[in-house]
Formats: sequence, C-alpha cells, structure tokens
Amino acid sequence: MAQIAAAEHELRRVIGDAEGLGDREVEGLSEGDLLALYRDMILLRTYDERSVVYHRQGRIGTYAIYWNHEAMQAGAAYALADDDWIFPSYRESAIGLLRGLPAATILSWWRGHPSGWWNPADYNVASICVPIATQVPHAAGLAWGKRLRGEDACALVFFGDGATSEGAFHEGANFAAVMQAPVVLLCNNNQWAISTPVSAQTRAETLADKAAGYGMPGVRVDGLDVLAVYEATREAVERARAGEGPTFVEALSYRAAPHATADDPTAYIDLERVEEERTRECVGRYEGYLRRLGVLTDEQAEQIKAEAADVMREGIKAAESEPPADIGLVFEHAYADPPPQLAEDLAELRRILGGSVG
Amino acid sequence: MPETTYREAVRDAMSEAMRRDESVFIMGEDIAEMGGSMGVTQGMLDEFGPDRVRNTPISEMAIVGAGIGAAMAGMRPIVEIMYQDFTTLAMEQIVNQAAKHRYMSGGQLKVPLTIRTQGGAGWSPGAQHAQQLEAWFVHVPGLKVAFPSTPEDVRNLLYASIYDDNPVIFFEHRTLYGLKGDVPEEIEPVEFGKARIHREGEDVTVVATGRLVHEALAAAEEAEGEGISVEVLDPRTLLPLDEDAIVASVEKTNRCVVAHEAVVRMGFGAEVAAIVQERAFDYLDAPVGRVGAKFSPLPFAPIMEEYVVPHARDVLAAIKKTVGKN
Repeated sequence: MAQIAAAEHELRRVIGDAEGLGDREVEGLSEGDLLALYRDMILLRTYDERSVVYHRQGRIGTYAIYWNHEAMQAGAAYALADDDWIFPSYRESAIGLLRGLPAATILSWWRGHPSGWWNPADYNVASICVPIATQVPHAAGLAWGKRLRGEDACALVFFGDGATSEGAFHEGANFAAVMQAPVVLLCNNNQWAISTPVSAQTRAETLADKAAGYGMPGVRVDGLDVLAVYEATREAVERARAGEGPTFVEALSYRAAPHATADDPTAYIDLERVEEERTRECVGRYEGYLRRLGVLTDEQAEQIKAEAADVMREGIKAAESEPPADIGLVFEHAYADPPPQLAEDLAELRRILGGSVG
Repeated sequence: MPETTYREAVRDAMSEAMRRDESVFIMGEDIAEMGGSMGVTQGMLDEFGPDRVRNTPISEMAIVGAGIGAAMAGMRPIVEIMYQDFTTLAMEQIVNQAAKHRYMSGGQLKVPLTIRTQGGAGWSPGAQHAQQLEAWFVHVPGLKVAFPSTPEDVRNLLYASIYDDNPVIFFEHRTLYGLKGDVPEEIEPVEFGKARIHREGEDVTVVATGRLVHEALAAAEEAEGEGISVEVLDPRTLLPLDEDAIVASVEKTNRCVVAHEAVVRMGFGAEVAAIVQERAFDYLDAPVGRVGAKFSPLPFAPIMEEYVVPHARDVLAAIKKTVGKN
C-alpha cells in the first residue's frame, strides 16, 4: 500500500513575492533549464494572445483561451521524459508546441482543417479531449498498458476543477490508484468552470483532499509558479516511475480571461478581481524571478519573444496556405478498413464533384 | 471437428490470442478468480496471471476508457462489460471516444479495442439485466458490431475482433453459452461483413441474429412441413453488414422476414427492411416482415417475459403471413 501523504493545504511555492516570501531554487535545474522553461512559457503565451487576435480577425474558429495557465502547462510538461504521454483537455490545446508539434498544426485544428490532425504517437500528445474528464481513464489505461509492456513511460493528464465533479474523473482516479498505474493527475483549479465557481462545484475544502479517498497523495501548488508546478510534477513522476502509483496535483490559479472566445464573463465574474489577478500573472512573475537571479537579460527576453512571434507568424501563414479540405476524407478516417457502404458513398461524392475528390 | 460450447469457444478465442500475443489482455469485473459472471473466463487467471486477466473496480466508464488508453499504448485489450445493460454507464467512452479517436486523428491513431458483453432474455432477470441494445451501437460511425450465434462463429469472430484495428462491440447471447457445436481444430478468423446462410430455401429469407437464428431454424423446420421453403441468413456482424448477401437471398426468394430479440420498433430490423426495399424492391412479392420484442421494458414475471420476447412461433407466424398462408 502506498504511503498516503496528507494533502499539503499550504500552496507549494518557489518564486517569491513582494509580501516578503523569498525566492527558492529548485534542485537540479541549470540556468539552461530555467531559460528553457521561460522559452516554453513565452511560446505558449504568444500562441494564446495571437490566437485571440486571429479569432477576432476571423482566421480561426472559437478558441479556448488559456492565458495565465502557461506556468502549470510548461512546468508540468518540463518534468516529463519524451516517452511520457500528455493527455490535454481543450485548455491545453497548444501544449503540443512543447513537444515539437508545429504551430500550424494546432492553428489548423482550431480552423477545423484536416491538416490539424496529428498522430498522437508521433508526439506522445493525445488528441484534445473536449468532453470533460473523459481523458482521465485514457491516461490511466495508457499508463497501465505501458507498464504491461514493460516500458518506463508514464502519463500526465490535465483536467480542470469542474472535471472533479464528473464520474469519469472518479472512475479514472480510482482505477489508476487500484492498478498503481504510473500517472500524474494534474488538476488545473482556475476556480471557474465557464460561469460556475469552484465553491458551487464541491464542498471539499480543497480539491487535493479528494486524493485521500483514492489512497493517493494529494499536493497543492501555486499554479502560477512554474517552478513549483515543475517540482511537484517531478516528484509525482518519480513516484509513478518507481511503481508507487498516481499522484493528484492541484495547481491553483485564476482564470483571468474568458472561458473561450465565445464567452462574456462580465455576466458572472468580479472584474476587479480579474484585474487584480492579471497583475499577478504567471509569465511576469517568472520573468521577475529570472531577473532577480540574473539569469535573464533584456536582450535574451526580447530575442525569445521575437522568436515566438516568428513561430506564430510562420504558423498562421502555413495554416492559411493549406488548400481547402478534401471533402472525401469524411469517408476515409473513421475505420481502418471502411465498410463497403462508405466506399459507395465516396464514389457517389466523386461522381458529384466530377472526380476531383480523394 | 471437436465439439465445444459457445462459452468455451469464447474462452478459447481469447486464450489462443493471449498465448500467441503478449499485447492481448482482458480486464473486467469479477473475471479473475471467479471466472466472470457467466463463467466465460474460468481458468484464464491460472494460465495468464493477474496482470493479463485483471479484475477491475466496478467502473464501466473506466474499464472502457482505460481500454482505449491501453490500446493507444500499443496493446490489444479485451474488456468485459458484465451485462449489456451496463454499457449505458460507458456510453461516453464508447460513442464519443473509442469510435472517434481514429477519425479525430485523421486516421493516424488506431484503437484496437474489443468490448465483450452479453445479454438476452429467457431467464426472467427483469428490466435491467437482459436487454438487446445492438441498435444503439450500429448507429455510431467508427464502431464495428458483431453478434455471433454459434460456437464456431463466436470463436472465429472474437479472434478476428481482437485483431481488428477498430473498436468492436462484441455481443454474446446469455442463453447461447451452453449451446454445443462443432468447431474447426484451428481458429479461422472470419472477415467482418460476411453473412452465413444456415439453411437454404426458396420461398422466404429470414434474416436473424443471435438467439433468433436458432428460433428461425426451428420455425423453418416447421414451415417445411407446411410446404414452405425457408432460407435462414445470419449476418453475424451487424456493422459492417453483408448487404449483398441479404439482397442476393431476397432476389432469389422474393420475400423477407427480419427477426431479432431486441424491440421491433426503430430496431436493427427496420434498417434491414429499408435496405431490402431500396435494393430489391422489384423482387419483393410481399412487404418485409419484422419479428422482435414488444415495445416494453423486459418484465420480471416469467409469463410476461415469455410474451414480450419473440420465439420460433412468432417467426413462423411472420413467415406464413409473408407467404400469404396465415
């Protein structure tokens, strides 16, 4: 039986603040690592901010904004080995960037274009899961399957605070614990599920408290502190790899932007609180930390931001230069070996379009 | 040609795949020491050990969801849902996930998952333990659906399902587990979408599935005594469906009856009737008849259940009506 750590109610933090908390350092992270984390966060931030602009310009469809979630995404992903899998929710739609997935692919996904499809096994990044918490059992099963194959890989699954109310979360977490599957359950507690606050989601004091019911450790970290998320995830990954089973990591943050481009939060959110949260946003906090350490110069910061802007410029250009979607694909991808009726449907489509399809 | 039961045939297909291939494993509720609620997996724990014959928590959503994840990891999982009625608890994973992952990756991700489940009336377990829900699943692009009716077919089709790169819903019938039949020495995987003609006839085609295949054969026997020659066709897989075989048979007999244990209304038989009228309208000498359960939850009382679900006599009545001899 795994040792059940009491949920750490106190948020784990590494980056200090103006209220007197001093900076800490994470053992084993070089200056190169610190800059790599910064680069990851800037890339994610730039992707997100540009995506909102592209949406307003009608160049991508409805988009789930993740502004102020870059720390937990970059921090958790950095704690993984390349063979480990990431199971994103829609809030982590661009996390594949950190695994080499081209920006054009993710932009095409949001444009509803077939070039937005990727093979999850090429990047060890699962398809984006839109129903809530559904991906938790997938991650548990993949981790269990890897163990059966004698492989070392583990899985990291992202889900939100609202997802902890879903049956799939409960069944997936319990299954992972019972099987001792090497999986990290990373709960992005940004305190809002569209318009429903976390207080209307649960009567539990903290979401990490739920871990005790599954017999797994539950830890709480400041989700706006990339190094705290990294450190907690790294420990969880070590546990997973050592055969000690899953860990629940609650990363506390605040959704300081709309749920998605189609959402108008003025109907339900306290705008003053949002403004206050925006002054504490996670990229600026990490930048301050790096400058205090003397690791980041103005020139480096400018260069990293310029590189990220280039990635997006090239990405949208590539996505927009894709030819229109081939309609014939609708009959080709549902089955490894399509039933004969689908071949008939495709032949009919070809006939209508004069042989220009497929 | 050794004789075996339907139950042993299911077990044999899984065991053979697991002997040959480390990537095949089974998980589900009470399948290990107990050998499954229907005794199908008896003895498998001893042969393959607890990692590959794995008891799970009572979590249908996680059983199917984890099966999807394990399939993504490169395994060929078999998951057992104890009763077909309990697939309702896993519908999100089956319909939104297993069926969609390949499509949503542009054909790049495969989900070779076999979801075994059983159901069927005839032992009066009530409204939530014996339903036939195949019509729900054949409505979902991305799934394959098998429903074999004999030991030979269940063995060969299950083996084929395990090695199919698509998610397969594999229906077994509760009352067929004890059915004995000859099976070939070696497993001969059956191609999906190939019907079996159990009995050739000239006057009417009965397209039957699951238990109703046997009811239809009994009805055909009786009909023969009354001078009616009945062809009995079992599609074996409902998705994909061997439309060509059904149409060819109806073109020969000019009459068609569809028989299944699930409720008639909005059922699988309605789709078969639609295909027959679309593709063989000019060959039909009579409307397509349909046989199935009354539109009612399955009753607990044996006498009521007996009335609600169809039997050979119902198939016979439909045959006679279709050939104009009632």
